[in-house]
Amino acid sequence: MEHPKVAVRHISHWFGSSQNGLFVLDDVSLSLAPNEFVSVVGTSGCGKSTLLNIIAGLIDPSEGDVLVDGSPVAGPGRDRGVVFQTYTLFPWMPVWKNVDFALKKSGFSKEEKQALVAHYIETVGLKGFENAYPNQLSGGMRQRVAIARALVYKPAVLLMDEPFGALDAQTRGMMQELLLSVWEEHRITVMFITHDVDEAIFMSDRVLVMTARPGEIKQEFRVDLSRPRRYEIMTSPEFVALKHAIVETIREETLKSMVSVSPATRAGR
Amino acid sequence: METPSARELERPAIPSNRRNRVKLLALREDIPRSVYLLAGSGFIALVLIAWAIVTYGGFISDLFLPTPTAIIDEGVRQYERGILVQDARASIYRIVVGWFIATACAVPIGVMMGNFKLIEGLLEPFIDLVRYMPVVALVPLTILWAGIGDQQKFLILFIGTFFQEVLLIMDNVKTVPHDLIRVGYTLGMSRFEILRDIILPASFPGVWDTFRITLGWTWTYLVVAELVAARDGLGRRIMEAQRYLATEQIIFGIIFIGILGLVTDYFFKITGAYFFKWTKER
Repeated sequence: MEHPKVAVRHISHWFGSSQNGLFVLDDVSLSLAPNEFVSVVGTSGCGKSTLLNIIAGLIDPSEGDVLVDGSPVAGPGRDRGVVFQTYTLFPWMPVWKNVDFALKKSGFSKEEKQALVAHYIETVGLKGFENAYPNQLSGGMRQRVAIARALVYKPAVLLMDEPFGALDAQTRGMMQELLLSVWEEHRITVMFITHDVDEAIFMSDRVLVMTARPGEIKQEFRVDLSRPRRYEIMTSPEFVALKHAIVETIREETLKSMVSVSPATRAGR
Repeated sequence: METPSARELERPAIPSNRRNRVKLLALREDIPRSVYLLAGSGFIALVLIAWAIVTYGGFISDLFLPTPTAIIDEGVRQYERGILVQDARASIYRIVVGWFIATACAVPIGVMMGNFKLIEGLLEPFIDLVRYMPVVALVPLTILWAGIGDQQKFLILFIGTFFQEVLLIMDNVKTVPHDLIRVGYTLGMSRFEILRDIILPASFPGVWDTFRITLGWTWTYLVVAELVAARDGLGRRIMEAQRYLATEQIIFGIIFIGILGLVTDYFFKITGAYFFKWTKER
């Protein structure tokens, strides 16, 4: 990987002061290759969302830096699209306008914008819902619009922070397949935060497991399952073996996080 | 274009044997609209009936509580003499101007306070201090500062409205989810653009409701505003009636102000429901 799309270099972060604050990330380094789909999993509170927010430029890291295409990140920008866990559609706009909103700052002509918006709404399977308002849509449909909005302006990287976390299991499965098919069609570098190990393996080229807080990258798992993938793959022996290994790794950290909350243990790290 | 709602398709059919079982006192459950309206109008009818019984029945002196017909006659008398329209016009003018000045100041300041902690820290202690000062007690000062013309009435209505409204607007702005603002940042928008294109439209339904509530408060300050040196006005008429113990004039004035307040309230409710259909989660 001589030319990573995203390079995270020695990121450490604490909220509050460095003495009494909450130490969240401890010297995290990672890189994403162009068009690679990477998931980050870890126990809750391990700092995975903070890491994503730092890459998005929404949080300034206490130490370290992030490079996108070789240039350092200084705040949020249109080279990185973000899909949040909460529903973040603008409720006063119909679906097409929500997607179109992302093109406001683009140089496209009106016709080009219309074509892009129509294309991405169709890609996420919402043709016919262009004029619906978010309050008329189910949770899964809202997140599909959010994905369309994050892709339509063609960022270099897509950052997803547990985008399906609020959805029920069935909808979730459908959304994973949909996102994969969208990604097959429009290859893009993706960093996907989740705590669902199945989801992480199913979608990704690599799965990174984080330690309990303060988070660091504990282990990296390469997923060599052939693409395009269908949900049947989840019962294949390779999938199950990988899942077993990842779940074990996370469990160790979950146990650790349950006992090591005292400052003394923190200092001993 | 016809847009089918996903929820509508998923809604399960209610078994017919359970359809008619309506629990009127179930916690936070909806009841039929007809029952809801009947309850509200029924209660008003009940008050009117009780009033009719104690007055027509002679249980209570006219001086303390005149009969409903005496009130209606008083209304007709004021209308025929042209006093009512003149008073209403003077009062509505004062209320509209006073409320507009208060709102024109409260919206920008409230928006700034809701978005910038520094502005909130700067102004909130002062506003809280003034907010608890009794408006009636400020009447002498307002005369000193603004004379005895309509400006003094505007000032009273302004003081009564602005200091409450600005804090409500601040809260309206603060309810905009932080993630919506973060979406704006990730789309490369500037802080000003986020304020204009995301925060303001997102907080508008709440602000509209604040308009409804604060205009109601402006109405309640009308009598205070017309307490001193007013030649006309609905509040003025009530104060004048006090001198002659014209109870029916007092009660008519109170009810009339109440009705005008109710009308403005409904105006904001109905227009709000029309403008902000998108806020309704189904």
